[in-house]
Amino acid sequence: MMELSIIWSILIAQIMLGLAMAFAFFRMVRGPRAQDRILGLDTLYINAMLMLLTFGIRTANTLYFESALIVALIGFVSSIAFGKFLMRGEIIE
Amino acid sequence: MLSVFILAPFAGSLLAIFFPPDQRGATAWFAGAIALLCFLVAAGLYPFVTSGGVLRYDLAWLPELGLNFTLRMDGFAWLFTVLVTAIGVLVVLYARYYMAAEDPVPRFLALFLAFMGSMLGVVLSGNLILLAVFWELTSIVSFLLIGYWHHNAHARDGARMALTMTGTGGLCMLVGLLLMGRIVGSYDLDVVLTSGDLIRNSPLYMPVLILILLGALTKSAQFPFHFWLPHAMSAPTPVSAYLHSATMVKAGVFLLARLWPVMAGTEAWFWTVGLAGLSTLLLGAYFAIFQQDLKGLLAYSTISHLGLITVLLSLGSPLAAVAAVFHIVNHATFKASLFMAAGIIDHETGTRDMRKLGGLIRYMPGTAVLAMVASAAMAGVPLLNGFISKEMFFAEAIETHQANILDTMTPYGATLAGMFAVTYSLRFIHSVFYGKAPEDLPKVPHEPPRWMRAPIEFLVLACLVVGIIPAITIGPFLHTAVVAILGASTPQYSLAVWHGWNLPLIMSFVALAGGVGLYFLMRNYLATSIEGPPIFRLLHGQRIFERVLVTLSWKWARSLEQRLGTRRLQPQMRFLVFIAIAAAALPLLLSHYEMPPLLVRSIDPAFALLWAVGIACAIGAALLAKFHRLAALVLLGGAGLTTCLTFVWLSAPDLAVTQLLVEIVTTVLILLGLRWLPKRIEDTQESELLSLQVRFRRLRDFLLAITAGGGVALIAYTMMTRPLPETIASYFLERAYKEGGGTNVVNVILVDFRGFDTLGEIGVLAIVALTVFALLLRFRPQADSLEAPEQQRVQNAFDDDHPDRNEGDSVAEYLFVPSVIMRWMFPVIGMLAAYLFLRGHDLPGGGFAAGIAMSIGFILQYMSGGTRWVEERLRIHPLRWMSIGLLVAAATGIGSWLFGYPFLTSHAQYATLPIVGKFPLASALFFDLGVFSLVLGATVLILIALAHQSIRAPRAHARAMRSGKEAS
Repeated sequence: MMELSIIWSILIAQIMLGLAMAFAFFRMVRGPRAQDRILGLDTLYINAMLMLLTFGIRTANTLYFESALIVALIGFVSSIAFGKFLMRGEIIE
Repeated sequence: MLSVFILAPFAGSLLAIFFPPDQRGATAWFAGAIALLCFLVAAGLYPFVTSGGVLRYDLAWLPELGLNFTLRMDGFAWLFTVLVTAIGVLVVLYARYYMAAEDPVPRFLALFLAFMGSMLGVVLSGNLILLAVFWELTSIVSFLLIGYWHHNAHARDGARMALTMTGTGGLCMLVGLLLMGRIVGSYDLDVVLTSGDLIRNSPLYMPVLILILLGALTKSAQFPFHFWLPHAMSAPTPVSAYLHSATMVKAGVFLLARLWPVMAGTEAWFWTVGLAGLSTLLLGAYFAIFQQDLKGLLAYSTISHLGLITVLLSLGSPLAAVAAVFHIVNHATFKASLFMAAGIIDHETGTRDMRKLGGLIRYMPGTAVLAMVASAAMAGVPLLNGFISKEMFFAEAIETHQANILDTMTPYGATLAGMFAVTYSLRFIHSVFYGKAPEDLPKVPHEPPRWMRAPIEFLVLACLVVGIIPAITIGPFLHTAVVAILGASTPQYSLAVWHGWNLPLIMSFVALAGGVGLYFLMRNYLATSIEGPPIFRLLHGQRIFERVLVTLSWKWARSLEQRLGTRRLQPQMRFLVFIAIAAAALPLLLSHYEMPPLLVRSIDPAFALLWAVGIACAIGAALLAKFHRLAALVLLGGAGLTTCLTFVWLSAPDLAVTQLLVEIVTTVLILLGLRWLPKRIEDTQESELLSLQVRFRRLRDFLLAITAGGGVALIAYTMMTRPLPETIASYFLERAYKEGGGTNVVNVILVDFRGFDTLGEIGVLAIVALTVFALLLRFRPQADSLEAPEQQRVQNAFDDDHPDRNEGDSVAEYLFVPSVIMRWMFPVIGMLAAYLFLRGHDLPGGGFAAGIAMSIGFILQYMSGGTRWVEERLRIHPLRWMSIGLLVAAATGIGSWLFGYPFLTSHAQYATLPIVGKFPLASALFFDLGVFSLVLGATVLILIALAHQSIRAPRAHARAMRSGKEAS
């Protein structure tokens, strides 16, 4: 019973996360401002990280948590780079 | 024993570089000792090569391709070896006194030894390909030697011309030798030399002949390729004395003589070689008369004498071949001594112009006597060595070898050339040593140092001794050499001064008398004339050569660029993609490809959703790439992320980790580049209504893109739906832990099983990084991206307007919180990199991933503080990191040699550290450390090189503004 509920909740979580990614994608495409697109990408990264966690739980393998760790740790670098690009026109001065 | 001849000069050359530049004497002693050693070894080997004996030294190199490091010494090669080494010793002694104090002598002698090694390699090669390798080496080293005084434009031009000519010839020769090896079925010289009939009767004989002749004739400066040699006279005189007497130019006739047994005797050989030789003999001697430069005269006389040897070889008779070999030796002795004498005159008077020189016999009687004897040998005066070989030449010229006009003409041509030779030899002596004493010379002439003259004395003595008693002195050695070429068909010949009253003797007298008469007729004209012969003076070989080069490398290249080149990416991509599609479609069409049936299995809804997003991202990126670069980049990031998730889903976590890191670095890289990308070229006709042409182009490109993408998908699908054949995957899976000591199979393959490939790959990475670095050093931004971005200007203007603010306050305030986080991330990311690195052998990670992760740490610092801020605080030396990485990786591989294992054998063990615990410590870990260091260095180097542009740009911008103002 317990197992079944975990399987179902993970499936639902994954679908929800997938939908969240689709919405983030919508912001990335539509904008309207560049800032919206970049925030969309950042959201996409966070959702991807969560997706990796759910995948780790589903397969009961901690190895996948590491990919999640890497996204969490340095996924923000590209968002920062985009942000700096918008603010200053170049990312390393 | 034979390998000494190659090893000693090249090893000596390497060592000689490390001598301090002011140690002229010590370096000369060292180089002289090497040359002397080679000479003594050669002398000691003489008993082994007499009467047709052959010494061999074999070292397998690429035996599968018939390419071995084979050295082979027979009598002929022995004679050349002795010539090359003996004159080498003398030239070193001479150079010791010739070179000025300010010339870097170690560099000269290092090149000299390298040249001697390459020449010995040409002479001793027992394999056709090896011969070509050494041949090219002589071209390259002679380029460096001729251009030794590289501050002199003439030297540079002469060196470049020599390299272009001999290098091109060498390339043709290589093709010819390859064809010859194909005919014979082996590249081994011993086999080739016994397959003469096979070669002569082959349908490929003509191409082989022409290609090999192109190599030999360019090297030996034969007409019409002769013009590089006089220009090579800008080299230091010891170089000329060595290259143009015994070595470089002799390589051509050496090759002709070497292949004489298998190629000579046909009509084609007679005509091509004979025509080239005879015209060179005549033209060279004729041009030599009209030179005003001493070395120029000697250069043209060298050309002429080489022509003489070529004519002898063309005749195809054994007796002529004997004369050719004999003349090779004689010419080397008297020409080397004459070059040295010319060098002394130049050295002690400061000029080589014969119009300025005169009466020198009063100042340097010793040198004068030596030069006179040597030039008498050059003219072919009796009792000197040049006379005997010239008599043999005349005798052979009279003989009828082939019934045609060229053969009939040879004796007349020979006598005429002999006459010219007497004229220029007499001119050399008379205009320099006799006549009016020179006025206003740059220096007061006097005798050279004792030991500077010694080499000439020795060589002149040799000329005399060989000229008077040839049969006892040179006889046996010549016989050994001739037997090696001719074998059983060695003719009877006698080396004697007196053969009775015969036709050759009369020809000699005609030449002598005619030459002397000609000189006294032309004396007054020559004393004041300008450089070069009349009429022919207008026909400059150099001018033609340069015009050809300009046409090839400038005009044609430019018109090709104009026709095919474009500044737009699209046409280039279109071309590339089209070719790729054609290349992939052709085999599919030819093999009657059938598409496998589409199978739809149970779909994971989350995965499907993920892919929908990924595909949408990719399409969006492609659509927006032209019109909204930033948005396209954002979408590209989305597509990349979905790819990483896919890797995880399809259980390839190590790929996912690496791809994620690469994804982030790539985004930063493109953003860095985006700053400098020129603005889009606006289409002029891009109005409301798209023209038909534009519509058509877009449709065509769209179809092309769809075909390419769909094609790749189709191929991938076909491959994946086929039953899996037995692959090497199972091999690696089985052995990864057992033999490589790691459970991460991918990493074990990378650092152990395929370690050698990885070494090559990181080498390529290093090259790419260096290339990017070098290209960016010369980067000039487009005019529209030159000035600082608008945002910066606005923010700086705001700072300027408020007196309580300094420039840069705005950005510091904006970035206050993020930059603290970014700085503090540095140790955390360092930790992550260490973690990825250490456990890489067993679990996902490894040197590559760790290197990329660490470079992200550095990028963060750059983004938070700017280039100057970081470089004031951190020592960032990406070039050093890269070289250390490459060295560590290579050293690990070499390390296994110490234990008697092949290159890159790895040893695995576990080690325990406090806190960290047990971790795998394979020797491959050190290799991986090298990979880590190199990847880190390469990534940081590229990113930093791009980032530095923004420091450079304001300066360049300011410069441009300034010069613009001055202009207006």
